[in-house]
Amino acid sequence: VRDPAALPRLLLTLLALALLWPGLSLSELNLGALFEPGNARTMGQFLGDFWPPAHEADFLALLWRATLETLAIATAGMTLALLLALPAGLLASRALSLSALYRGGRPAWWGALLRWPVRGLLIVLRSVPEIVWALLFVRAVGLGPTAGVLAIAITYAGMLGKVYAEIFESVDGGPARALLGAGASRLAAFCYGVLPNAAGEMLSYSVYRWECAIRASVVMGFVGAGGLGQQMDLSMRMFAGEEVAAMLLVFLVLVLLADQLSRLLRSRLT
Amino acid sequence: MSRLLNYLLLGALLLAMVASFRFLQIDFVGLISPDALEQMGDYAAGFLAPDLSRTYLEELGHGALQTLAMSAIGTLLAALAGLLLALPAAGRWGLVAEQAARLLLNALRAIPELVWAALMVLAAGLGPNAGTLALALHTAGVLGRLFAEALENTPAEPAEAVRLAGGGRVAAFVYGTLPGVWPQLLAYSLYRWENNIRMASVLGFVGAGGLGQMLYMSLSLFQHAQAASVILAMLLLVLAVDAFSAWSRQRWLSR
Repeated sequence: VRDPAALPRLLLTLLALALLWPGLSLSELNLGALFEPGNARTMGQFLGDFWPPAHEADFLALLWRATLETLAIATAGMTLALLLALPAGLLASRALSLSALYRGGRPAWWGALLRWPVRGLLIVLRSVPEIVWALLFVRAVGLGPTAGVLAIAITYAGMLGKVYAEIFESVDGGPARALLGAGASRLAAFCYGVLPNAAGEMLSYSVYRWECAIRASVVMGFVGAGGLGQQMDLSMRMFAGEEVAAMLLVFLVLVLLADQLSRLLRSRLT
Repeated sequence: MSRLLNYLLLGALLLAMVASFRFLQIDFVGLISPDALEQMGDYAAGFLAPDLSRTYLEELGHGALQTLAMSAIGTLLAALAGLLLALPAAGRWGLVAEQAARLLLNALRAIPELVWAALMVLAAGLGPNAGTLALALHTAGVLGRLFAEALENTPAEPAEAVRLAGGGRVAAFVYGTLPGVWPQLLAYSLYRWENNIRMASVLGFVGAGGLGQMLYMSLSLFQHAQAASVILAMLLLVLAVDAFSAWSRQRWLSR
């Protein structure tokens, strides 16, 4: 039996390969490098040290401290991000526009013009990856958790601000419009008209982001922003396989627990 | 009762926030003192004049191309490895193989790209090769799981028909199963490629090539003008990928 579509498929494959060829040379892909005698020996030794993971008392104390630091970086960063994102979300959202009240929900042009700089700022904050912010802050304020907290605060403020603004716009606008129309201040209209409907969704998204922040704070440690990642980087540089194994295990458990906790919180609070 | 529990949970969250700041002992007063602010201002001012000279732009173009190549080759390798692992993970080769493959996929997926990159730099040396391998390893875990689910959900009848007509197992897979799942596999791979472009631009921080390595080097040498251009290039790359994926989704997916 012959495949009638064999020739076009073969040609398509050849074309794809021709397109990928420069990529292959640019990415310097070389699987053989893994198996060069020198590399393979050091790596084999490194991996051989993985079991049993390090469990001396003073190492465990260090690990415990680093884990707490990772959790604290994520939580403190999220707190700052919340404080930045709420006002930014309010400024970027159309939900409380006074001019939109009498125009069928479309704000006047000058209102839209004032909202755009805030939205642009939020886009820039979240489009630069958090680890780039972390690297920049490490150079500005030195090694350690402060850089990690600031990096999470900035990136996540960008994400939360955008999502909050969208949530404010997506909830039923009737109560807020009624309050604004009756002469309430915009803050009062927000607190009594928008927030009761939006709070559940906001909380749920924030808790999910907190879970992401834990993973991010471990990764950011590799550029010197404190916590578990920084210790892991140090241990890798010293080829201490048993320490790396212990930290990877703790990282996996941490991610698993954060996932469970975030699920519990979201199901309870919404 | 449930309301009380919710307030308790909220209280615990607030307590965790306060405890975090206490634990880290961040010196916010020192951070916003006039001296520190002036230093930060000087530091930030160095980034305001990006280096846009022709030679540096060419270097940036090369770095961006390298980032794209790393992500493309990494995703391609991951798709191949993912498909190979998805076959046992979908339960086609017995229960033992299924459990083993799932464990392997979970392990590959649970370790972040950057940690893989740091490990690969140790194993294969500095440069884009390490980044490509790191992307391939993590993405193989992600794609393998998605592929396995796609394989499980595809109807078995076409493959059975080929088998009953006397075709071999490979023929049954290639002509019976693959045509049905192919679009889904392609869509998953493209989606991961999009993610990997973003990831590839920062893997260089641990020495794995691409734009990230350029940024790390220029920051280490205090060349803030060059660092600013690399950050701009990253931003452009991310925004371009976002725009392209939004456009192609509208063009090809929603009809």
